[in-house]
Formats: sequence, structure tokens, C-alpha cells
Amino acid sequence: MESLNADVLMALPEVFMLAAASVVLLIGLYTGRASETLAYVLSLAALITTAVLVYSTSASSESFAFGGMYLNDPLAQAIKLFACVTVAAVLMYARPYLQQRARISAEFYALGLFATLGTLVMASAHNFVLIYLGLELLSLCLYALVAFVRDSRDASEAAIKYFVLGAIASGMLLYGMSIMYGLTGSLDLAGINAYLAQSGANRIALVFALAFIVVGLAFKFGAVPFHMWVPDVYQGAPTAITLFIATMPKLAAFVMAIRLLNYGLQELLADWQQMLMVLTVLSVVFGNVIAIAQTNIKRMLAYSAISHIGFILLGILPGTDFGYAAALFYTVIYVLMAAGTFGVLILLGDREREMDRLVDLKGLAKTSPWFALIMMVLMFSMAGVPLTVGFYAKLYVLQSLVYDGWLSVAVLAVVMSVVGAFYYLRVVKYMYFDEADDVFQVQPSGLAQAVLSVNGLLVVALFIFPNALLNYCVQVLG
Amino acid sequence: MLIQSTVFYFFSAILVASALAMISVRNPVHAVLFLVLVFFTSAAIWLLLEAEFLAITLVLVYVGAVMVLFLFVVMMLDINLAKMRAGFARYLPVGLLVGIVMAVEMAVILSRPAFDLQKPQAKPADYSNTQELGELLFTEYIYPFEIAGVILLVAIIAAITLTMHKRTRAKRQSPARQVSADRAERVRLVSMDKE
Repeated sequence: MESLNADVLMALPEVFMLAAASVVLLIGLYTGRASETLAYVLSLAALITTAVLVYSTSASSESFAFGGMYLNDPLAQAIKLFACVTVAAVLMYARPYLQQRARISAEFYALGLFATLGTLVMASAHNFVLIYLGLELLSLCLYALVAFVRDSRDASEAAIKYFVLGAIASGMLLYGMSIMYGLTGSLDLAGINAYLAQSGANRIALVFALAFIVVGLAFKFGAVPFHMWVPDVYQGAPTAITLFIATMPKLAAFVMAIRLLNYGLQELLADWQQMLMVLTVLSVVFGNVIAIAQTNIKRMLAYSAISHIGFILLGILPGTDFGYAAALFYTVIYVLMAAGTFGVLILLGDREREMDRLVDLKGLAKTSPWFALIMMVLMFSMAGVPLTVGFYAKLYVLQSLVYDGWLSVAVLAVVMSVVGAFYYLRVVKYMYFDEADDVFQVQPSGLAQAVLSVNGLLVVALFIFPNALLNYCVQVLG
Repeated sequence: MLIQSTVFYFFSAILVASALAMISVRNPVHAVLFLVLVFFTSAAIWLLLEAEFLAITLVLVYVGAVMVLFLFVVMMLDINLAKMRAGFARYLPVGLLVGIVMAVEMAVILSRPAFDLQKPQAKPADYSNTQELGELLFTEYIYPFEIAGVILLVAIIAAITLTMHKRTRAKRQSPARQVSADRAERVRLVSMDKE
């Protein structure tokens, strides 16, 4: 009994998050729509408290709980901290958008908190079962959130596509995990690694299981050729929900990839490297090329997300500690950039008009220069232009590739980044060099605008001090 | 041993055949019934693995509850069969080709001895599968067990949020108001002249 108490204490952030999400849910149940503000404030408080709890649990080294199923290490701590902060920012962005459309209720916050709980579980998972359960918890919340605006046909269609393809991906992942379990006799990541290390195993069968696991992973990441859901979901979902999907789940996908590939299947490095190489090359090429042809900005950002996913996987590809750190750095920076970009789109739209066509941005520099400036910084950052942190994110990933001798892949990634710069700069051209088709006034909305300003400034500030974040990433994955 | 293998292959054959039938029959009600058969034969195979509790749960929960409900839904819905079938013949060759290629590849890979784990010893007759499962779920696996519970909670929340419409014009009783009603609200005594 005493050991169970110690276990629960260790998993305090998760326990607290579950309790907080339930409280928010009950508030919505008993006080109806009037309590939306209360639910909002409580959700933010819960996220901040969870972050503090995560920070206060000492995780200088690896420590286990629940019979080795729960792992608390610096990586888990970092992912949890980033996830809590990201979700808090997302809620601040999303609130005015959903309020304007009068569709917000406590369930939205509860689902957001449960999704965060899923990510927390995944960050600390040291067992196939928990990786899968955390993933399902996260995904289930996301499916529901996409369909949250019920009277939108696009959103319903996007939700169904997301759900069906997500279910197939989960099936693939589970199939791979079950075969891996049958081969190694263990669900524990360390146990699997130990079995693989003592060799004598049937390598072909192991690679067979690995292939399914990597396919499931690629589906959840949205890497080419398992990317079909990404553009439709990004475009169809309400912009506030797209913002959610584009940011926090990427952290979860990253930690899942590290846990599976580095902790569990490190011995199969040579095999998953080949698979990842195909995924990364295809993602970087197709994401950037297809994005050029898009006229819908959310769809364009979806293809841009695919190419960024390619870059994150490029960091994982060499299988070195520096590569993982570079990938984590890239993930965090991508989350920052995506949050800002969708944040701009959210704040520019209002009840009458959604900002989802590229031409909607025409002449933005005149109508609202501050938004245009932030958007320009974000676009430069996504393209990887110096003076923004996106440059360092790409640089570190490429460095890790070159150190490990993946020169041709690195060159291809650079070339495709240049191709990608075209569509990012087109946005800047629309904003600064074109006249607006119709004059529109941007509604100021206090808090969200302040968050957006901080978000944009961080992108520039981190260019000046990239080492602070990079050192943290290296230390976390060291 | 021979009997076990015979039983296994018997049920496996029914399982595979009814799974194929499920995705290929025209009538959706028949498809649901074939799915019931799939669950039932899977339960039989689990029984062979000495997983009695899981087998019975599968029959009780999936066949008894989920599939019956599903059957109701299928019967209630007005499904346009012709529309659903459109393109089936067109996509069939490609799908069949991909399926066969994958099946052959998997067979080639897994035909080598891969699963070299020791077969666990058969348990004595008075061994309680249910008790063992319960003990494991509430001790060693308490954390994943709770998380699974949370997933079910989220599923409930999602289903209710997505389907419940608050109709403002719907007529419904308010028990509180009914109970607190007093005579003055309901009865008005009017004194009238005699006629």
C-alpha cells in the first residue's frame, strides 16, 4: 500500500489534471452556459498548477513508478511543461473565436484538459499499453473537438475523416505492438530493448512488427505518404480547433516517437532509419511542393505542417542524442510558430468572415500593421530566414544530419526549404505589396492579442538567445 | 492436442469466412449478424486459450449489448444500398490485388519460426481466471486501468456533446414547479349570480 502511495505521488501532475478536468466538466454540467468564464479561468489555473507540479517533481534522473510503467525523466518533464503552456495559450487564443460564434461551453475546456492529460500520460509512458492509451485519450478528444461546431458541414466531414483514418492508424500501431509483444514477450520498453539486445531473435519478423509501428507513428505525425487526413482536417476544422491540432499533439507525437524508437527499439536503429528516411524525404518534398498550389491558407499551412514534420523526423533520423535534441528544439519552435500563425488567423476573422483564403490577407499591412508584422515574422521563421528562430531550428537539424553523414538528405532538405520559402513569402507579398479588396476592421480582443504579441516576440527573441532553449533540449535528451 | 487443433481450425475457418461475408454481403442487417458470428467464434478461440473471463465478456458485452444496439441502429436507419455499393466493383480489383499481395508477403515473413516463446503451462481446473485478472487490474495495472476508464469517460462526453441539442421550444415537465404550485395558482373561485 505504501508503494502505491509513492507511485501516486510521483504521478501527481496526471492525477491533478484528471481531477481538474472532472471539476471543469461538473461545473459545466450544473451551471450551464453562464459559467463559461469560470470554466475558462479554472482550466487556465489547472494548466498552470499542473506545470508547477511537473516542475516541482525532481526528475534529474530516471525514476519509475507503477512497476516500471510510469517513467519520470527530464524528457517527460520538458514535454509536460511545454504541453501545459501550449494548451494554456491555445485556450486564450481560441476563446474569443468560439465566443463570437456562440458555441463555447465548459465541455470544450474539459476536452482540452483531457487531451492534455493524454499527452502527459504519453510523455511518461514506459510501456506499450500506456503509450497506446495516452494516444487514444488524446486522439479521442481531438476527434470530438473537430466536430465541436456541429452545424458546420466541413467540420463534420473533417471529423469523420480524422476519426476513420485515426482509427486505422491506431489499428496499425496496435497490430505492430501486438506482434512485437508476441516476439519479445514484453510490453515494457526496457524489457523489449533487453530482449532485442541479447539477439538471436528472428530479425525479419521484428522488422515486420516495426514496420507497422512506424506506419502508425507516421499516420499520427501526418508524414507523407500517410498524410491524407492533414489538409482536410486543418481546412475543415474551425480555426481555433485547427490551432489546437497543429500545436500540442506534435509534442505528443514527438515524445511517442522517441519513446518507441529510442527507448524501446533502439536495437533496430538501422531498420527504422531506412523507413524514416523514406518518410522524411517524401514529407519534405511533397509538403513543400503541394503547398505552393494552395489558395486556402489553412490548407497551405497543413502542407507546410507536413514539411515541418519531415524536418522533425529528419532530426530523429540519425539516432544521435544531438539529433533528438535538434528534433525537440524544432518541435517546440514549430509549435510556437504554428500557434502564432493560426492565432493571427483567429484574431483577424470575425463572425461574418473567416480568414481562410490567402487573398483575404491582401493589404493587411495597411489595415492592421501590427498583425501584419507578426505574421511576416512568423512566415520568415517558418521559411527559416535568419533573424527569426526558424533559422536555428532548421540549422540544428541539418547539423545533426551532417555530423552523422546524411549529406545528401541534408542537401535535399535545404533545397526543399528554398522551394518552401516561395509560398511563405507570397503571404508577405499579399500583406505588404497588394491593395485590400475590401476594407475590414480588426476587432481588438485584449488578452489574445497580448498573447499573440508575446508569441511573435518570442520567435525573434529566441533567435538572439537560441542557446538557452537548445542547451535545455540537449540536457533533456542527454 | 489433435482435438485442440481441430477445434481451433474449425472456429478459425468460421471466423475468417464470416468476416469475409460481413464485408461483402449486400444487406447491412446480415452484415451485422455476421459480425456477431465473428465475435462469437473469437470468443470460442479465446476459450481455447484458457481466457474464459474474456471470452464470456466478449459474448456478453459485444454480442449481447453492443451488437444488438448496433442492429437496432442499422434497422432504424434508411440506408441507400445502391449508393453505398457504387464503386464497389470498380475498386474491387485494386483492393483485392493489394490485399492478396499483403497477405502473401505476411505469410512469407511469418511462416518462418518467429514466435519462439515458451508456451505457458496449462492451469489446473480450479484456477480462477477472473480472480487473477481482477487482482492484476487493481494492483499491477491500476494506472493503465484508470486511464482506460478516463478514455471511456471522454467517449461519453464526446458522444453527448456532439449529439445533445438543447431545444428551447421542447415541452417538458418541471417537477419543482409542479410540486411548489399552490391553490392560488390553480383554482380561481368566481362568484356568479344565480341564473
